[in-house]
Amino acid sequence: MAEDGRDELLGTDGDSEPLVAGRSLRHKGVEQGCSLLRRMEICVAEAEKRSGRNTVNMQEIFTVYLIETRSMEAVSEGHNSAPDSLWRRYSEFELLRSYLIVTYPHVVVAPLPEKRAEFVWHKLSADNMDPDFVERRRVGLENFLVRVASHSVLSNDKILYHFLTEEHGWREVVYETGFQAKAESRLRALSATFRVRNTDKRFMDMKHYSDELQSHTSQLLRARARVADRLYGVFKVHGNYGRVFSEWSAIEKEMGDGLQSAGHHMDAYAASIDDILEEEEHYADQLKEYLSYAEALRAVCRKHELTQFELEMASQDLISKKQQREELATGIVRTFSFKGMTNKLFGQEAPEQREARLKLLEELIAEGEDTVKEKTVECQEHVERAWVDMQRFEEQKDKDLREALINYAVMQISMCKKGIQVWSNAKECFIKM
Amino acid sequence: MSGQTVPVDYSGHMLDLDEDEDLEVFSKAPVADGNPMPNSPSSMVNQFRLEEDEPQDVNAKDLFITVDNPESHITAIETFIMYRVLTKTTRSEFDSSEYEVHRRYQDFLWLRSRLEETHPTLIVHPLPEKFVMKGMVERFNDDFIHTRRKALHRFLNKISEHPILSYNQHFKVFLTAEELTSHRKQGPGFLSRMGETVRAVANTVRGLKSRPEEFAAMQEYVDDFSNKICTVDKVTQRIIKEEREYLDELKQYGPMYGQWAESEGNLAEPLKAVASCVERCGKETEEHAHHLSEVLVPTLHEYILCAETLKAVMRRRDHIQAEFEAKNEALASRKSEQEALQEEVDGLSDRMEGSNEALKGDWFRWKAGMRTDLKSAFVSSAEKNVDYYEKCLAVWESFLLSQRAESSDQQDGEDVS
Repeated sequence: MAEDGRDELLGTDGDSEPLVAGRSLRHKGVEQGCSLLRRMEICVAEAEKRSGRNTVNMQEIFTVYLIETRSMEAVSEGHNSAPDSLWRRYSEFELLRSYLIVTYPHVVVAPLPEKRAEFVWHKLSADNMDPDFVERRRVGLENFLVRVASHSVLSNDKILYHFLTEEHGWREVVYETGFQAKAESRLRALSATFRVRNTDKRFMDMKHYSDELQSHTSQLLRARARVADRLYGVFKVHGNYGRVFSEWSAIEKEMGDGLQSAGHHMDAYAASIDDILEEEEHYADQLKEYLSYAEALRAVCRKHELTQFELEMASQDLISKKQQREELATGIVRTFSFKGMTNKLFGQEAPEQREARLKLLEELIAEGEDTVKEKTVECQEHVERAWVDMQRFEEQKDKDLREALINYAVMQISMCKKGIQVWSNAKECFIKM
Repeated sequence: MSGQTVPVDYSGHMLDLDEDEDLEVFSKAPVADGNPMPNSPSSMVNQFRLEEDEPQDVNAKDLFITVDNPESHITAIETFIMYRVLTKTTRSEFDSSEYEVHRRYQDFLWLRSRLEETHPTLIVHPLPEKFVMKGMVERFNDDFIHTRRKALHRFLNKISEHPILSYNQHFKVFLTAEELTSHRKQGPGFLSRMGETVRAVANTVRGLKSRPEEFAAMQEYVDDFSNKICTVDKVTQRIIKEEREYLDELKQYGPMYGQWAESEGNLAEPLKAVASCVERCGKETEEHAHHLSEVLVPTLHEYILCAETLKAVMRRRDHIQAEFEAKNEALASRKSEQEALQEEVDGLSDRMEGSNEALKGDWFRWKAGMRTDLKSAFVSSAEKNVDYYEKCLAVWESFLLSQRAESSDQQDGEDVS
């Protein structure tokens, strides 16, 4: 049940991992001080179909995933005790992630595997119920959990812990945090356009980079799917050789055997492409992960813009209020105001009224100053924390994608070796013709 | 070889026969080296059989022909291509050991029709087609000329390897005469003299009583073979098409890694390396498709044409048998002219026997040649595939090596935490 390579990596200090390629799950970005992953082993073991009624009371079929956890002591002491387990469906994972991105806006939060099959080359199923898709999704969900559980900040989150350990009532607990309100305003802010005066250049560069990353990975994924489609065609046409050689061998005496066996190799060649391309989907999944990561990165940068904007707004507001106070106090109108106009037109207001207004203004100014202080802290904290996390992300990305490229090369090599095998065999058969 | 000597008065008789076109059926064998003079189909076949007994080795090849140097000739009326035909030979019936002549496609057509007329039931290698039906823009584009030249070269070499056809007088004239046009005006051939239009052939063949067992089997084989070889050709063309489309996608896919590299730091190097790998594999794919087009497709195509030739040969054989049978029947029913008819019938019977024997002999020869040619083409294609995958393998392995070197450099530089 445990994936290969897992046991060596658990509980490590994150030393250099062997640069072995393979498509089994690796604990990517295992951090020092990642408390949760040090304490427990997590995996998404299985997937099952369930049926039930959805929110609009309609019958539906959905897939649930079995999350198994085991404490590290049990693992290291070699206890064969059964792991704790619970079932979760994809929408619960989505909820968890929503909660995390709202609660930790300075973290580039790991993405979930795709909701629907995208960048599909034509023979590959786009059906969410397809077993291959479900399997790849299972791997992706496990990857997600491992990534968040190994993150120095996220791993301490109670909701995350709850997600992994308590099957029932988890949704309610999440909603109780009130994160949904924040989620909605976050969404609004992300899509809003506002002009910020002073942004941290590093964040603007990073935002630009996230756009580049998104554009390049999606282009690459599309092109790869087209290449896969074409390659599929090349291989499959060879199946026709198999058939015609077989028929032809029936009318030949000396050439018959050679042709017949060559035909078999052609059939084998044509059939081999299915596994080759299924394997390549895992490479595509690695690219898709970073396509989604680009969005998460962008969100962190946007948050900076937002906090900076709010700070600027608050400062602006404070300044204008102070100006108003000055005007009221000195009677000199420097800026246009409605009150000023009415004063000119209808005469000045009574002193008691002015006193009241001044008092109110003082209160507002005091509030404003607090707000500015708050916003300054918020902005600064975000910049500091986000910058750290973005560095972490960048390192992780370089390492992961390099490994993905190596995986890709390994797959190509494997395909070439198969090709050499088949065609050498075919050649031997032709020689015997 | 056979110990038969040629009586002097016989050779004089042969020279007279030279003028008589009725007997163009029998090719004139070289006199000088003491080979028996064929003046009947059976002795001709004897000669053929004798040569069959000897193992044909490369050293025995005494006629070397090349076709090259296509040149455009423009006259007031037409434009055509002239090919240079170079011959090197040690055969004594050739006055010189080297010849250089210029021939156009029409000349090849002439040669082939003469050969077929002279030997209606021998399998004369086909010529490339007059023109390609689909996708032809210019009659004389480079690819077309290149393909045609290769096929013409093959054709002459196949003839030169044939134990009977290579000694044909027309063949010699084709290879040696400076000016071919005078030789070409030698009147309509034997086949047209016999009134053998397609319709006539079809009509008389319908009167065929029954085909001898071996020829019935041959006919069946020819039909099946024709189907199969056409299919193999279609499949091959389709593979080339699919490969070219795959290559088009690769050409777009590879550079994307390079473009991505531009916005990356540490990742730029491996990304660029992958872009380069994809590009190199693309080149190998291109070469592979090219090889298929150059080696396998022409050979398959040739044998598609051979299948048609075989069908024509079978038809002619059938016609010869039908003619004999028709006359034979007439003999049975006619009361008068018995003697004259008997002679005709005997003549036709001899002709039929001879044609059948000629075909049988040439059939085995053709099958052996077909087996050699197709085997060689398939082996070469399989080799090219292995070669393709080996080259791509090397490309990706060097990438892996470069990455392992990179990572070990990095590890050396890092503090062990």
